[in-house]
Amino acid sequence: MRNISKFREMGLLVFIVILCAFIQFKNPSFLSFENINDLLTNTAILSILAVGMMMVLLTAGIDLSIGSTLALSGMTAALVVSNNPEISPIVAILIGVAVGTVCGFIVGFLVSMFGVFPIIASLGMMNVYRGLTFMSSGGKWVSAHQMPDSFKGIATGSILGINTLIFIAIVIYIIFYYFINYTRTGRQIYAVGSNVASAKISGINTKKTLLLVYTLMGALSGLAGVLWVSKFASAQGDTATGYELSVIAACVLGGVSVAGGYGKVSGLLVGALLLGILNNALPLINVSPFWQNAIQGCIILVAILMNAYVKRRATKENLMRRKI
Amino acid sequence: MENKRIVENTKKFNLKQFFFQWEWMLVGVFIIINIMNSNLSPYYLSFTGIMDASMTFLDKAFMVLPMVFIIILGDIDISIASTTALSAVIMAVTFNMGLPMPLAILLGLTVGAVCGLINGLLIVKFKELPAMIVTLSTMIIFRGIAYIILEDQAAGKFPEWYSYLGWGYVGTVPFMLIAFIVFAILFGLLLHKTTFGRSVYGMGNNITACRYSGIKTDKIKVIVFTLMGFMASVTALFLISRTGSARPNVATGYEMDVIAMVVLGGISTLGGKGRMLGAVISIFIIGLLRYGLGLINVPAQMLMIIIGIILIIAVTIPNINLSSFKKKKIA
Repeated sequence: MRNISKFREMGLLVFIVILCAFIQFKNPSFLSFENINDLLTNTAILSILAVGMMMVLLTAGIDLSIGSTLALSGMTAALVVSNNPEISPIVAILIGVAVGTVCGFIVGFLVSMFGVFPIIASLGMMNVYRGLTFMSSGGKWVSAHQMPDSFKGIATGSILGINTLIFIAIVIYIIFYYFINYTRTGRQIYAVGSNVASAKISGINTKKTLLLVYTLMGALSGLAGVLWVSKFASAQGDTATGYELSVIAACVLGGVSVAGGYGKVSGLLVGALLLGILNNALPLINVSPFWQNAIQGCIILVAILMNAYVKRRATKENLMRRKI
Repeated sequence: MENKRIVENTKKFNLKQFFFQWEWMLVGVFIIINIMNSNLSPYYLSFTGIMDASMTFLDKAFMVLPMVFIIILGDIDISIASTTALSAVIMAVTFNMGLPMPLAILLGLTVGAVCGLINGLLIVKFKELPAMIVTLSTMIIFRGIAYIILEDQAAGKFPEWYSYLGWGYVGTVPFMLIAFIVFAILFGLLLHKTTFGRSVYGMGNNITACRYSGIKTDKIKVIVFTLMGFMASVTALFLISRTGSARPNVATGYEMDVIAMVVLGGISTLGGKGRMLGAVISIFIIGLLRYGLGLINVPAQMLMIIIGIILIIAVTIPNINLSSFKKKKIA
């Protein structure tokens, strides 16, 4: 099984390399430094969210509310910033994260304490958060001229020569790579996802784990919300509508099993990257924007079908080996 | 377990049990909403008023019916709104290319059924993939195809008689409502009075056991998903008759509305539980709530919050009851 999962990631990587070579051949500006920087900046938010979504999917749950959480926390941060321009961007980020954490906590509470199905709980809260986003702004936008430069600087500035968004994404990946793979709580997430009953019997507080996972997801989408608003320099009521599905698609491309218990951070990174490249490269090789949806959907479908097929082959081979 | 159920059935009619059903709670909510609406606006409580109101939300109600089957199976289909968009676009474009309208409608319905068939086949052939994921990708593809066909244009200029579907009346009853009632009765009979329907319930409870007892589980699943696709295109039929034109972005977000209606109707997403009647009542609850609050200019966003909270409360209440009940039993 280990070989196969490696093979899968390698397969995706090879696919990415071939894709890049093809695009580079069609449009030589694709692999220029500026474009790669651009691509990574655009993928940063998606990949931050994907980490949180992976943890949720690992517990066999799903969170559809993140698009709305993102919008709500982004809007809150933008409103605060536009009313108090002297506020430091770090405070703005903290406000966004706090709002997101509360949102995630509520979903997690419903899922873990009341046993509401994740898809339903997050569907309901998705409506609530989206409504709150509209209500808090009174249906208006917070646009670029209302935001101080320091706030817009979050997305355009750079730390150690790397764009802040990319830097934050890298930091998040390092932290969560460590958290998921090397801490006890991180491993417990896998245990809960693989088999709730046996996790409970072996002394894991499954409810607490679930609550934690959704709260972390909320916190990450809060962070992503502030970054999103700063990047596009506008906060709207319908920010990131339907974005949750892109995030889930990135996870699935990265080999995270929606049935829970299986998925790796490295795979996730490849999945998010592939989605980012598709978004960035299709316009570069003059694919009509109207074709992009269908092409993306087909690639996602092929990837998950291939995934299933490869896994099936692997199980079969394992069984054969056992017989001999 | 099975024996016990038979014993229960032969029991005398139990009044308490009869009234202590999810559907009665829904009826209660429905009445409360109607009282509230009529207090809010003096124009609300009239026959024509309610009839007109029903036309504003019935288009997506057609998708609720087969969605009940899918959720009882324990699956989910989130590609339905995209199927609606695709078949609406194909209907409109082929008509504008010179196909007679009845043929265009037939083509649209076929396309919807084929979309559903594709979903069903993929789900049956790749059992390890959850329906959610398969339909997530087909959702993107179907709407993608609609965008390829029509780009950012709109297609329309339908013949005069076609708008009758969405706007017409039979006597004082909207044609749409009659169509919906006919479909609802058909689907209700299919679910509750046929072997097919019983098999669907069985598969929702234990699909492996069903397969071993000789039920053609794959066939049933494919049929259910095909029906879903077909009804999504029926929705398209009424939707574009009302709006008068088709765009690739029609019906965005309908899938969530439909799933919310089904779940509010007491159908468990775990599968195997729930009745058609509950879903039908909850269509009217959500629809009339939206209409009534719209009358007094409650912003649409406030409505989203209210519907979200109702959904959460609706699914939380039975869970609380159940867990405290279980604890008592153990003690």
